[in-house]
Amino acid sequence: MEKIVLPDIKDFHKLEVYLQHGGYSAAKKAFGQSSDDIIDQVKRSGLRGRGGAAFLTGLKWSFMPKTTDKPKYLCVNGDESEPGSFKDRQIFEYNPHQLIEGIIITCYAIGAKVAYIYIRGEYHKWIKLMQKALDDAYAAGYVGEKMKEKFGTDFYCDIYIHKGAGAYICGEESALMNSIEGKRGYPRVKPPFPAQNGLWGCPTTINNVETITNVPPIINKGWEWFASIGEPKHPGTILFGVSGHVNKPGVYELPSGTLLTDIIYNYAGGVPGNKKILCVIPGGSSMPPLRGDQIEGVKMDAESLKAAGSAIGTGGIMVMDEDTDLVKVLARIAHFYHHESCGQCTPCREGTGWLEKILKRLIAGKGSVSDLDLLITVANQIEGNTICALGEAAAWPVKFMVERFRDYFEQRVSKEISLPVANKVHSMRHTAIPVEEIKH
Amino acid sequence: MDFKFTPENLERINAEIKKYPKKQSAVMAALYIAQEQNGYITTEVMKEIADILDMHPHDVLGVVTFYTMYHQKPMGKYHIQVCTNVSCMLRGGYDIWNQIKDKLGIDNMQVTQDGKFSLEEVECMGSCGTAPMFAINEDYFENLTKEKVNEILDSLKNTN
Ligand SMILES: Cc1cc2nc3c(=O)[nH]c(=O)nc-3n(C[C@H](O)[C@H](O)[C@H](O)COP(=O)(O)O)c2cc1C
Ligand code: SF4
Ligand code: FES
Repeated sequence: MEKIVLPDIKDFHKLEVYLQHGGYSAAKKAFGQSSDDIIDQVKRSGLRGRGGAAFLTGLKWSFMPKTTDKPKYLCVNGDESEPGSFKDRQIFEYNPHQLIEGIIITCYAIGAKVAYIYIRGEYHKWIKLMQKALDDAYAAGYVGEKMKEKFGTDFYCDIYIHKGAGAYICGEESALMNSIEGKRGYPRVKPPFPAQNGLWGCPTTINNVETITNVPPIINKGWEWFASIGEPKHPGTILFGVSGHVNKPGVYELPSGTLLTDIIYNYAGGVPGNKKILCVIPGGSSMPPLRGDQIEGVKMDAESLKAAGSAIGTGGIMVMDEDTDLVKVLARIAHFYHHESCGQCTPCREGTGWLEKILKRLIAGKGSVSDLDLLITVANQIEGNTICALGEAAAWPVKFMVERFRDYFEQRVSKEISLPVANKVHSMRHTAIPVEEIKH
Repeated sequence: MDFKFTPENLERINAEIKKYPKKQSAVMAALYIAQEQNGYITTEVMKEIADILDMHPHDVLGVVTFYTMYHQKPMGKYHIQVCTNVSCMLRGGYDIWNQIKDKLGIDNMQVTQDGKFSLEEVECMGSCGTAPMFAINEDYFENLTKEKVNEILDSLKNTN
């Protein structure tokens, strides 16, 4: 199987090697066509965003206004902070020039003269690697004003790296733009959408690192070629990051629609000790968890996963064997969203806290059966009532985990607590257990 | 205590400012540079940055408190960031966390008395496939085992 995003070519991250393999020829080809043509090809290719929502990339680009006095911007999302996701860092390390080439083509297509690559602050090493590639590309004339000479066009664009500083929410596109503007990373109310009112109030497109890295091959080999790979409704390859209880964790680039069980058992080497699988989260911790007995026959693409009751998310597959303590896992997930809530919306700020507290009460053995219903109630009250999708990201794992593992969770709640007492606890003024009492 | 950037660092901040149409965008980079020079972010640091970037000091403070990587008190020479999020947890992240806590005798966001080590429990660092992991300052250490952790900490203990 041919790899599109992470080819097995030695030293591909080096400019000279990238050039030897036809690097920057897609850009040359693109600049010879109209920007509308490029958008059209990307639309027809069927490329969908790899950042979580699987939105059609060409369609997103077409939302950018054609006539405007304002400058336009591209933001490339490399915040990569969704638990279970570690794929974009492979691109920074092993294929930075294809990302850069994708960026200059995208800028040309949407009419942007400046692009920012937003990289999470913890990725110091990968920021340096990316900066090195960018410096080399600048020096050789593939980025910046020298592009005019190199490609013989009027078009040129600049690319800058913006370093984050530890905030998951800055991966949300509008929070990301506020962060670049030098503000707190608060998500913005939509509409207006970024294509109308983005960075500094100007038209802006935000795409994930992996999404953009797919662009040069689409231009070079044609949209028909791309559209024929994997599942027709979500074509191409996807970088699947497999983690947790597998023998060979890592990132596997495979055609969309590859069977989840194939990825876990063949590529990732199966579960240590041949244990059974209790639970799999297929797309990063925000996506609905699947029971071990639900994964048979599930294909890894947006439509198939939706039908199976989950979502593709970032393609980060987290595998949990039969000995996993799911209550602890869910409490840890709830802690994450509580910690990362930016605090603007009451349902998210308060609700994530309550989810965490109730789950910690379960861990301490002081939960009741009605706590399980309470978890679902709180999750439902967050979902759909917030500014950004972190609300759903916090609600889904809780809601679906409790629903799908009801028996498991019921075994973990204390039978002794009588319902009246439990209800009292549910007045939510008692949190019952001081967090310090809970040992992992 | 007044805070002034070194001339070299001022240069670096000016280079950052040039990347954006508005100066304020350089605030995150300026804070990193300040933290590198000063060890942590003080009120004076924020005032100085506000001056340079034409911001209100409160807005600089707003940025400092929003992001976890800016520190308002000194951290250890080696700041150990242990990931305990799910993928790490499934592969022993909490064992590593407890091991380090016991070995150094400090808890989350505390510093050892000699100022050498500080400890922080962090969220997913993007090393889920090479879990468990921690970062020390800017460097990642992955596929950790109990022995490896001991080895790394001991080697750092013996440095000056
Ligand atoms: C809480 C939250 C965190 C997100 N984090 C990321 C991220 O780290 N990287 C990313 O590419 N997209 C992330 N997204 C999705 C972005 O908002 C956006 O949809 C995406 O970058 C668009 O790119 P794409 O269309 O190429 O997928 C996040 C969304 C939410 C709600
Ligand atoms: S949903 Fe949560 S993270 Fe998103 S804006 Fe509201 S409070 Fe902030
Ligand atoms: S969960 Fe620890 S690095 Fe992702």
